[in-house]
Amino acid sequence: MGDSVDQIFIRAKQWLLSPLAHSPDWLVQIFSSLINIAALLAFFLTLFAAISVLERKILGRIQNRYGPNRVGPFGLFQPVADGIKMLIKEDVVPLRADKIVHFCAPILMAATAILALGVIPYGRNMTPFAIDGGVLFFFAVGSTTELAVFMAGWGSNNKFSMLGAMRAIAQMFSYELPLIITVLPVVMIVGSLTPDQIVAAQNSYWFVLTPWGAVAFILFFVSGLVESNRTPFDVPEGESEIVAGHMTEYSGFKYATFFLAEYLGMFATSGLGVTLFLGGWQAPFRLLEFIPSYVWFFAKLSILLFVYIWLRGTLPRTRIDQIMNFAWKFMLPMSFTCIIAAAVWHYTGRGWVGWLWSLGVIAVVYVALSMLLDTKRKFAPRTYRFAE
Amino acid sequence: MSSAAFVVIAILTLAAAVAAATLQKLMHAALCFAVAFVGVAAFFFLLDAEFVGLVLVFVYIGAVAVLIVFTILLTRRDLGKDRSFNWSGVVIAIAVFGGLLWAIFKTQMLWVAAPQIQPLTVKRIGAVLMIDYVWPLQCVGLLLTAALIGALVLVMEEKR
Repeated sequence: MGDSVDQIFIRAKQWLLSPLAHSPDWLVQIFSSLINIAALLAFFLTLFAAISVLERKILGRIQNRYGPNRVGPFGLFQPVADGIKMLIKEDVVPLRADKIVHFCAPILMAATAILALGVIPYGRNMTPFAIDGGVLFFFAVGSTTELAVFMAGWGSNNKFSMLGAMRAIAQMFSYELPLIITVLPVVMIVGSLTPDQIVAAQNSYWFVLTPWGAVAFILFFVSGLVESNRTPFDVPEGESEIVAGHMTEYSGFKYATFFLAEYLGMFATSGLGVTLFLGGWQAPFRLLEFIPSYVWFFAKLSILLFVYIWLRGTLPRTRIDQIMNFAWKFMLPMSFTCIIAAAVWHYTGRGWVGWLWSLGVIAVVYVALSMLLDTKRKFAPRTYRFAE
Repeated sequence: MSSAAFVVIAILTLAAAVAAATLQKLMHAALCFAVAFVGVAAFFFLLDAEFVGLVLVFVYIGAVAVLIVFTILLTRRDLGKDRSFNWSGVVIAIAVFGGLLWAIFKTQMLWVAAPQIQPLTVKRIGAVLMIDYVWPLQCVGLLLTAALIGALVLVMEEKR
């Protein structure tokens, strides 16, 4: 009984493919991929709509006001209204813009985000695009986003767009390093780049429960926050400074596509975080395994998404130089420490002794770093530097 | 199936490469270059060398293409205006092509199929890098670190 509920989507796919039983192999393969893609898109576009209204509701709650509450019961149909509005808006392309590049940028951005979603295991046997180097695929595809942001900034032929794109690329480059390096300890301990095997390796305990895993998870989460350009790290689109950054010259559905890409990127990063550190689709206790695997995955995913929204409602925007300093002076050394701590944990037997040893390594580096980075300059008057 | 995919990818890659060589605007050329990289990565996928393909996308599109694009931004804007036909470029291109052709025809046993090799797994690449080629790897690491420090020194002098 429990098994059939768990595998219900697999069964459904097999049922859909059953009329093709006697056709050639490649046809079945193409249809199988199409079904995967359709399911992925349908689910995540719905989630995007749901999260857009939920985010405004939660932000409203945090800021002590009602969120959207006009369209439908509790304002639940707000995304429909938003979608219609975005679709019928005029699509303005600047006269001096590079038309092709301007047009391709949002498409490339959304496409890479969707591709990145493909390698995440959403449940038992539920990886849409299962390849050996799944984790590497995720980052290879994710690194293309920078080019898309640049295309948006350059193609718009606008100073604000260009500045926004420069900021975005600068911070994405800086935080891609800790993002990838914090994944390395997991890959090292599991000995595989395949997301399915990483989930399987967390059968008895989740990696977030080890010292190196906990630190790596926090670093990963912060880097993911920066990669998806969300508050407190949303300087690329800081509206008080540079209008909307690389999205300044976009309107109507192209603008919506950028937002879609941003949210899909957020889903993908959180999904990878769940896969790598929070046990993927595994239940926390054996007792709870009767609940289907995909329910667990989405429960964990929703918690992470809630934290994203919570942080947005709580924290103010950081300055760009603070973001960069934090990346290179703190995040990067700490993520290297995670690798060493994981190695120490492995070579001291993966038991509680290893647990203590790796905690010690991390604590020593953390204290040393904080002493080193402490400038002893408390609330000095702000100094300004201008370009000559 | 796989030969059809080869033809499609080959046409796309070559078209992107030709576009990169002929387009007037440097930025367009750089972006077409990135498309050509995607095509080459697709070839590696077709050959079951997923790791190499992914690393190609990762390094060449994520880093090299962005680097090229930044370099173009830092150069003069009106570079494309007075670009006449460059004969020395043609000579160099023909020379390189001739050299490659000569090397290809010099190679013996082009028609003999390669012996079956072990599947190229990440684990094997890691083992080979860390055991057989550990010294070259360390030298490359040292070189890159030196380059990084050099870049930092350059930036720091500007501040003074």
